[in-house]
Amino acid sequence: MTEAPDVSITYDLAVMLPEIFLALGIMALLIFGVFRGDRATGFVSSLGVVLLVAVGYFVYQVTDWGADADARAAFGGSIVVDRFGSFLKLLVLTGGALALIMSQRYLRTERMARFEYPILILFALLGMMMMISAHDLIALYVGIELQSLSLYVLAAFNRDSQRASEAGLKYFVLSALSSGLLLYGASLVYGFSGSTDFAVISTVVAEGAPIGLLVGLVFMAAGLSFKVSAVPFHMWTPDVYEGAPTPVTAFFAVAPKIAAFAIFIRVMIEMFGPLVEQWQPIIIFISIGSMAVGAFGAIGQNNIKRLMAYSTIGHMGYALIGLAAASEAGVRSVLLYLAIYLATNLGAFVCILAMRLKEGMVENVSALSGLSRSQPFVAAALAIFMFSLAGIPPFAGFFAKLFVFSAALQAGLLPLAIIGVLTSVVGTFYYLRIVKIMYFDEPAEAFDPKIGAALRLILAGSAAFTTLFLVFALPIQAAAARAASALF
Amino acid sequence: MFEAIAFYIFSVILIASGFLVIASRVPVHSVLFLILAFFNAAALFLLMGAEFLGLILLVVYVGAVAVLFLFVVMMLDVDLAEIRKGVLQYLPVGAMVGLILVLELGFVLFSWVVAPEAAANRAVPVAPITEVSNTEAIGRVLYTRYVYLFQASGLVLLLSMVGAIVLTHRQREGVKRQNVSRQVARTREEGVRLVKVKPGQGL
Repeated sequence: MTEAPDVSITYDLAVMLPEIFLALGIMALLIFGVFRGDRATGFVSSLGVVLLVAVGYFVYQVTDWGADADARAAFGGSIVVDRFGSFLKLLVLTGGALALIMSQRYLRTERMARFEYPILILFALLGMMMMISAHDLIALYVGIELQSLSLYVLAAFNRDSQRASEAGLKYFVLSALSSGLLLYGASLVYGFSGSTDFAVISTVVAEGAPIGLLVGLVFMAAGLSFKVSAVPFHMWTPDVYEGAPTPVTAFFAVAPKIAAFAIFIRVMIEMFGPLVEQWQPIIIFISIGSMAVGAFGAIGQNNIKRLMAYSTIGHMGYALIGLAAASEAGVRSVLLYLAIYLATNLGAFVCILAMRLKEGMVENVSALSGLSRSQPFVAAALAIFMFSLAGIPPFAGFFAKLFVFSAALQAGLLPLAIIGVLTSVVGTFYYLRIVKIMYFDEPAEAFDPKIGAALRLILAGSAAFTTLFLVFALPIQAAAARAASALF
Repeated sequence: MFEAIAFYIFSVILIASGFLVIASRVPVHSVLFLILAFFNAAALFLLMGAEFLGLILLVVYVGAVAVLFLFVVMMLDVDLAEIRKGVLQYLPVGAMVGLILVLELGFVLFSWVVAPEAAANRAVPVAPITEVSNTEAIGRVLYTRYVYLFQASGLVLLLSMVGAIVLTHRQREGVKRQNVSRQVARTREEGVRLVKVKPGQGL
């Protein structure tokens, strides 16, 4: 799988170029921000976006995209750069850059403009990139910590708001607990296999796993389920989504989920691949749980951010179906699912950011009524996203679910696919409720129509992607297939 | 023989002081017992031949962490009675959870089969103890094989610093601040006033 590690440090550094570039860029921006103060927030954000674009280019360059190219390992196998990781890194970077652009206006109007905001987002993205390419238990943990630490601070970034502080604290305590579970599992895995390297562990478990190693697997699966907010470790999601500032919630909804999924797939397929019979039932269970909680939990929600939280939980459940299939087609469908999820969710959060009355932001679903008359463009876009999230053809979300279910059918998981279809029917109810409120309810007070050119552009872009997915389907499908083939 | 006696002495003191950390009524005493526990753990490391870990434990935990704890405990007004209020109430549930966990761990322990390759896997990066000291062995890999993890941990620390500043640092109104350049630029004319005082009258 991985080629023999080269001894020279220059090779290692060259493989790590995107991460190193990002880390140095963050430090330069940090120093710049410290000297210029909070006036420089907008400038630091813009430079951060430029930095992310450059990092994305390096990620693209450093990867060998050839159909049967080997992964490039660095630092004694702690880090690998392969097509799978780079595909997801590009998704994460896209999500991060767009979230950064989306936040700018919000930070200004809500008087939260502090230059640390873009720095923390960049730190989180660096942590995610490190997670995605981790090929060693320690590297995995360090990446997760870097990511989580900045997310805690981001959740509580509006420190004068009690809800934001509560969200940050809640996220911190629960996430620390899940990190503890993950570490405990990792220590068991290390103890029973004698190595922290995924490749070595995989060869050990191929010859039969001792029971202690299985216990480690279960603990690691629990820790990782928390990170993707899958049932039964989902409790934190609605509270944190509701309490955190809206652009932070938008960021939470996409980038960390993609990174956590990357590492979930890597751990299960690459490290515990031979133990598929042991972990498949676990994944099936949390997948069914997430789909059900996502579908039924969202019905009673009146806060749009809480509703999106339950929607996230449900969508993670659908994506987990692909992982449960444990096949190349399954991983491919997960990658495709995450790409579509990213585009649709970012668009939906732009609409939520547009929910601003004169007095300030509103989060109540009923405030959307009459949006079709006051802002037909935003209303149409939000309707498209809701149709897509519900999985109604011809929007992108339908194809995401289609590929996941067909992967499950190929793997012989018919009941799982049926449950998925049923919960998605239930989920359609609350997605369509929003469309109904926008188009058919008595108009409420109209929102502030100025949302900024950047937000409009993102909104139009993701709406176009979601609607015309069939046009983009082939290249994206091909890229996802390339990426998935790296693991098998 | 000597080693066995030393081991038992250190272990007993370690466990006893560990218990006293959570049992003592005064928070400052708890921290002091914690320091005692660290010292004994360091001694146990030394007995095992891991002198680097033992000394690092002293330097980092006693030298930095415990002192920090001591500061925090002294500065904060910790009301222990308030904290302990719920203990009895939660004790049965807590004990039950603990018992279940111990039982589960027991299951793992009794079927304790390490994968046959594990010993060989573990042995790979370790140089023979007779040739190089612990410190040298760690030094050889820390900045080469594990330099990535070393630097990444550094980034985590940098981030935690940024995070702490973001969440707690604020400009307070009405607080007198030191302005070094103004202090340096002060002249005699600004700072000193000559007053003619008439004899016998005062100011």
